[in-house]
Amino acid sequence: MASASAEKIHGRAQSGDRAVFAQADVKKQRTINFSIKRQTGFGAIALFCFILLYVPIVTLVVYSFNSGPSIAVWEGFSWRWYIAAWNNAQIVETSTRSFVIATFAAIVSTIAATMAALATTRTKPYRGLNFIYAFINQPLMVPEIVTGIALLIFFAMIKIWTGYTGLAYLIAAHTAFCIPFAYLPIRARLENMDLTLERAAADLYATPWMTFRKVTLPLMWPGIIAGLMLAFVVSLDDVVITELVKSGGQDTLPTYMLGQLRRVVTPEINAISSVFLLISIIIVTLFFFLNRKRT
Amino acid sequence: MALDTPSLPSRAAEIAAEADRREIRSRWLLSSPALFIILFAATGPLLIVLIFSFLTPGDYGGIVWKPSSHAWFQVLFQKDIFDDTTTFADAHLSILWRSVKLSFLTTILALIFGFPTAYFIATRAEKSRDIWLFLITIPFWTNLLIRTFAVQEVIRNEGIINTVLIKLGIISNPIQIMFTDAAILMGMLYVYLPLMVLPLYASMEKLDFRLVEAGYDLYANRFQVLRRVIIPLVKPGIIAGSILVFIPSLGAYVTPRVLGGGKNMMLGNLIELQFGQGRNWPLGAALSITLMAIVMVALMVYVRYASRSEARYG
Repeated sequence: MASASAEKIHGRAQSGDRAVFAQADVKKQRTINFSIKRQTGFGAIALFCFILLYVPIVTLVVYSFNSGPSIAVWEGFSWRWYIAAWNNAQIVETSTRSFVIATFAAIVSTIAATMAALATTRTKPYRGLNFIYAFINQPLMVPEIVTGIALLIFFAMIKIWTGYTGLAYLIAAHTAFCIPFAYLPIRARLENMDLTLERAAADLYATPWMTFRKVTLPLMWPGIIAGLMLAFVVSLDDVVITELVKSGGQDTLPTYMLGQLRRVVTPEINAISSVFLLISIIIVTLFFFLNRKRT
Repeated sequence: MALDTPSLPSRAAEIAAEADRREIRSRWLLSSPALFIILFAATGPLLIVLIFSFLTPGDYGGIVWKPSSHAWFQVLFQKDIFDDTTTFADAHLSILWRSVKLSFLTTILALIFGFPTAYFIATRAEKSRDIWLFLITIPFWTNLLIRTFAVQEVIRNEGIINTVLIKLGIISNPIQIMFTDAAILMGMLYVYLPLMVLPLYASMEKLDFRLVEAGYDLYANRFQVLRRVIIPLVKPGIIAGSILVFIPSLGAYVTPRVLGGGKNMMLGNLIELQFGQGRNWPLGAALSITLMAIVMVALMVYVRYASRSEARYG
């Protein structure tokens, strides 16, 4: 902290003889030095918070390597539960379904969000602009459980009318709540973009489509990738809406795990969770570096 | 010729207006896929929920198309089947009360823990700030169910807390934390804490420390500076964080289901129950609208506060 705020550190020993004493003893000077950014106890609470945030996650990962069948008694290291999870047909089936839904939902929502971001940035305010903005962010405002039962009712009606009970319902639901997550980074990217390059392209007789393809799109690409990744993670993680919308036999990995938690839990659940955790960390890390490059 | 001159500028204006109209139309067209998907699979169905709350429940779930306000009556009251007396629906009221109480406590605790944490991050050197922030972001993007499950591992009777306490000789029998309100509270605090830290950090990052310095120059002590300078300046972050924690806590479903068990339900679980074993869709719909209404009130308070503090600190 001392080095961080060097220019803001005050020696309070300003009156004559105190300053002399302070200069005589550098160590004493440091205790008299006064950091304006310090607040008593804040550092301790913060470190406590970080420990608190990571203890459960670390415990979870550690016990996924337990060779015994318990998630409480440590019996030594093994990959046993990872192999068990890999060979569990239900886990393979539900995780495949999760990835299929997340892939579709992420791609469709990112395309829709990219178009919407192009339509709502770099323009003078027009009637309906705020409406579009609010409407796109609406899924973030409503509790998931409410959206979930709304879709349960609505899709139940459609199921009766059409007789179709496939995965499309889940994909549609996921796409809708992924749009705001994909939209935000793309919009942020567009707002920070330099307009002059596009003007230059237009000056050089590029058609609007060529300008978009050769200039705008490459420039906004990092935002699109970031949006795609966020949408993917959000879809992969969803429990509540999926639990309510799914038809029989359409469990995703999270809803399958929710069902399993009611029974005797073995480290197999820890193993799946750890893999999920790893995927989230990889995607978030990529996202982090994509965003950092920009600044 | 002389007659044409005055019409030239208006012709130009017409062309410009036409171009504007075309531009706006193309912008609406561009946003239409996103708007359509959200209308179809998020906003539109909410209207159906409102309609369903005024219908009669079917015998095996679903509804009968017969208007009725009975579901709304059931939210708060119940009729005795034998003597037809009307009393308050204690079960619903206690669940509603638990939801509001636990969400409120979660928000307060998240603020108590989150404020120093955000302040700690915001006062780090610029380079290490990103790393600390990253450490907050990772749990945030981890599956909610997995995080809840991780909390369960810690607070179970055979979990770390009880094992350590027993080994230290502080207690002889494990404390029952699972399936209590305290378990839900700990779980929600754990799950939603990053939602408090992130907006707080965003407003603390912009904090002008010259103002803090001025406070000290005017002989304020650390606590006075915190209370009279820092807290008023980061108030928008405090309000944003509180809203971001309060709203999902109120609608929490997974955390109370896993940590609270069947007895300690919250509003989210009560709603889900009406579409499962309860088989009372209109009541579930009415409860959903109730939840939405509480959320809307919280959001309105937020918008009012946010615009007011914006006007003050610009």
